[in-house]
Amino acid sequence: MRKRNVIDRRRLMTRAAEVAGAALMLGGCDRLVGNDTTKAILASAERFTARVQRLVSPAQSLAREYTETDLSPEFRVNGTVAPDDDEYQEQSAKGFADWSLDLGGLVERPAKFSLADLRALPSRTQITRHDCVEGWSCIGKWKGVPVSEVIERVGLKPTARYLMFYCADPMNVGDPESKYYESIGMDEALHPQTILAYDMNDKALDIPHGAPLRLRVERQLGYKMAKYIMRIEAVESFASFRGGKGGYWEDLGYAWYAGI
Amino acid sequence: MSGSAQQLDQVRDAPTAPDQRRGDRPRGRLIYRHTALVRATHWINVVFLTILLMSGLQIFNAHPALYWGEVSNFGDPALSITAQRTEGGASRGITTVAGHQFDTTGWLGLSKDATGRSAARAFPAWATLPSWQSLAEGRLWHFFFAWLFVLNGLVYLLFGLLNLHLWRDMVPSRQELRGIGRSAWDHLRLRFPTGEEATRYNVIQKLSYLVLVLVLLPILVLAGLAMSPRLDAASPELLTIFGGRQSARTIHFIAASMLVIFVIVHVFMVLISGVWNNMRSIITGRYWIETRAGTDA
Repeated sequence: MRKRNVIDRRRLMTRAAEVAGAALMLGGCDRLVGNDTTKAILASAERFTARVQRLVSPAQSLAREYTETDLSPEFRVNGTVAPDDDEYQEQSAKGFADWSLDLGGLVERPAKFSLADLRALPSRTQITRHDCVEGWSCIGKWKGVPVSEVIERVGLKPTARYLMFYCADPMNVGDPESKYYESIGMDEALHPQTILAYDMNDKALDIPHGAPLRLRVERQLGYKMAKYIMRIEAVESFASFRGGKGGYWEDLGYAWYAGI
Repeated sequence: MSGSAQQLDQVRDAPTAPDQRRGDRPRGRLIYRHTALVRATHWINVVFLTILLMSGLQIFNAHPALYWGEVSNFGDPALSITAQRTEGGASRGITTVAGHQFDTTGWLGLSKDATGRSAARAFPAWATLPSWQSLAEGRLWHFFFAWLFVLNGLVYLLFGLLNLHLWRDMVPSRQELRGIGRSAWDHLRLRFPTGEEATRYNVIQKLSYLVLVLVLLPILVLAGLAMSPRLDAASPELLTIFGGRQSARTIHFIAASMLVIFVIVHVFMVLISGVWNNMRSIITGRYWIETRAGTDA
């Protein structure tokens, strides 16, 4: 009886040690995986990938353009569906008649562009595939003004290296500090397919897809293509803004270069 | 490396059976079967492919559905893994393949997370890297180790071509190809070559390794690259050969699944065809060939 107890206890102890060992190993693994140093090492591949992709693909290579018959019947909406922002809602109630795009930062002639101003500028129409970082794709038709056209009108200062896009939509309810933002390099900004789109599928851009103005960066993933753009700023560095990673999702760990 | 291995055989062909004097003991010799390069790239692959598989499943979990063509036809995926609430109010993991639904609760769609709670996620926590849901971190792991995997593969291919390992050890002769039926029948009965025949890969092995190295893995890499919008712009052929970006994603998934099947069969074969001898050869390079008394020339 006593002997059996000992064996049972021993067996129990062994079992407990096994479970603890397994938990420790799992925990240790999780700690290694979640470690900031680990992530920094892994993230070094991002810069390498960006460099190699730029090396093997011509700067001016165009994303494939499709035909009307390829248009997706349902173009999925991701992220914000309707910005939870008073000023935005006032503007949208007036059909964005009072809205204007503010362009500043490291430019020679800061300016404001109404929707009518933007529509009066040369436009580009393109039917392209939108690839979400989650994995899905949709094809849509976009009409807008090439970023290069707008840039030409305000003139870049030589120190300007990136364009920052500030948006109307807070990503956390009631927190204006969580408004969406993005940034792209000048090479991508001046690419012919990089446009500020105001029409989608032959209609004025609707609110779920980013009215009144959204960015199209056709050789990168969807999260680069800021919706509800209010202000564009030319900057030398984005390191001092918010998380310092150049975008809302970038601050949460996603790659700044989203060509893959 | 068989060419060099044959020569090495002469040098290393010392009888090493434990007791030579007793004629009834098995006699044989250790041959040099795998070069250091093959052994190193093999084990590096084990680590890299495990990480790539698990981080790939993490990425898949962000949108657990596959489609054919350029775009996602959300209403009619080729495969989807979801959690659905039944009429009774309980959640079930449902996997849908080409319109056929399977209840995969516990494995796919709905499974226990690290804390033992039921979580709605396509692949379970134990199969993904990280174990928690994080697309951003899954991508970090996947793209870092994708580079290392390609580098390892290129080293293997380059040296395999230079020293003719691929040609000498893996391309079957016409005579071997004629014997493929017999070899397949032997495999099914789990009978494996012995003696002189065991010094080289058999025809089924040769063909499996060739297809793996020259077909399956390159397709896996190319289909992965075809998902990059920047590379699609530079080489639209990537989209053309796979039939669109979503097809490329589906083919990437299928190729990875075939790789998993290959590994399962491979490990099974290793286990049943002399596990210690096999393990020794892929770790130290030396493989024991048994020869019956009198036949050892």
